[in-house]
Amino acid sequence: MVSDHTHDIVIVGAGPAGIAAACAAAESGARVALLDENSGAGGQIWRRASTGPAAKWLARAGRAGIEFFGGVAVYSARVATSGAASPRIELLAELSDEPHRFSANRVILAVGARELFLPFPGWTLPNVFGVGGLQALAKGGMPIADREILVAGSGPLLLAVAEYVQTHSGRVVGIAEQASAAAVRRFAAGLWRHPKKLAQGLRLKAALVGIPYWNNAWPTEADGDSALRRVRLTDGWRSWWVRCEMLACGFGLVPNLQLPTLLGCRTHQHHGQRVVAVDEHQRTSIAGVFCAGEPTGIGGVDVALAEGLIAGYSAANNSLAAMAHFARRDSERGLAARMHAAFQLRPELRRLADDGTIVCRCEDVTLRAVASCESWREAKLLTRCGMGPCQGRICGPAIEHMLGWPVLDARPPLQPVTIGTLAAL
Amino acid sequence: MKTTDDSVSIEINGLSGAVAAGTTVAAAIALLNNVRAPLRTSVTGMPRGALCGMGVCHECHATINGVAHRRSCLVECMPGMRIHTDGL
Repeated sequence: MVSDHTHDIVIVGAGPAGIAAACAAAESGARVALLDENSGAGGQIWRRASTGPAAKWLARAGRAGIEFFGGVAVYSARVATSGAASPRIELLAELSDEPHRFSANRVILAVGARELFLPFPGWTLPNVFGVGGLQALAKGGMPIADREILVAGSGPLLLAVAEYVQTHSGRVVGIAEQASAAAVRRFAAGLWRHPKKLAQGLRLKAALVGIPYWNNAWPTEADGDSALRRVRLTDGWRSWWVRCEMLACGFGLVPNLQLPTLLGCRTHQHHGQRVVAVDEHQRTSIAGVFCAGEPTGIGGVDVALAEGLIAGYSAANNSLAAMAHFARRDSERGLAARMHAAFQLRPELRRLADDGTIVCRCEDVTLRAVASCESWREAKLLTRCGMGPCQGRICGPAIEHMLGWPVLDARPPLQPVTIGTLAAL
Repeated sequence: MKTTDDSVSIEINGLSGAVAAGTTVAAAIALLNNVRAPLRTSVTGMPRGALCGMGVCHECHATINGVAHRRSCLVECMPGMRIHTDGL
């Protein structure tokens, strides 16, 4: 019943880190499988991109002879044979409702990140999206032309998505960035060391001329009957309503740690976030398991590409080629550190939700119910918070931010799968 | 969105429609629904729509060709696909 696949190296996640890792490993002579949940490669940032660096990397991957599996949900993983010499790692996955098992001596986890959502009254209304979420849905064909769209939250993604909306005939009615103007200016001033990023920033600024841009501003309430009508913003002193049909709101990114945690990879704190600990060759604490891109620390596409190359070369025992990319990775990580400093979340954002605000959207659990518990575990047992199909991926980081509880847990199946798939093993 | 002349015929809650090839099911529901009505009803009966767009939040669950609870943002429309939502 189970389809078995054996490769030298299996890579989970076909975003920039996974694609770069696959290229490096395959070009070094390894038999490589590249898996992704989406039907196509590209990940979030290169979703459906057909020009620029995405096209260049995808073409390189095409030439390298990588076996790509799209629409794959990896729901479990284990180290079947441990030991540094020849570990064997198994990944259990579902593809077109059928069970598959991928085995390899080396696994590279390039599982990316998701958006940080902070609950506030009204955030469960239809047409409230993540920032990257709105863009992802629009790239999939969701209509945004002539829609009035408010962009709010924090980080460079806000401007990138606002520009995407404008160039796709949407109407950005405003951009609310919670960071201060001084912090954003300091970050922008540091970009001279990264000319490509500076050019990008200037292009974004030019594209968004005339659109209201508020610093020190964040959403406190979304209002509407069955769908969004208006959003209230505040700068801490005054508040004002902005009429909009859609809200794109995200407060930065959270590394996806479920699969690394399930395999036992050690994690540590980095810029205030839990991330996978790796050595300079992108090796995790588990023999044979490598990690690259956002799960090792949110750093963006250029960190991900460098880490992916290093992980791919290292996993294919091509250490010299890996080392050639150390300097590039470390320089890009420097930029990421400045980004984290500039877009640090203000303390007021811990108190956006009121008692009646839904925190867990899967099980409709309010902040009142969660806050009456002592821990994440107790909240799960008593309120079903985090027990729904998203398994705490949305409410977990929000609760960690609001209440300061550590919320990391990962149990198989990591994604809901059919009974048939579970029964086949 | 992929620019292509191909269109795909699908059925949402019994109503036929056509979307551009490459359109995700979540987007098709929004398109054919003019993004007004909810996609899903929550466990306590609240209207919900897609949130994350990348398969994390499960708010876009729909029944696709008889299989319930599919993440509609991850699935591309295929010819003849039958989609059911509980929110419309």
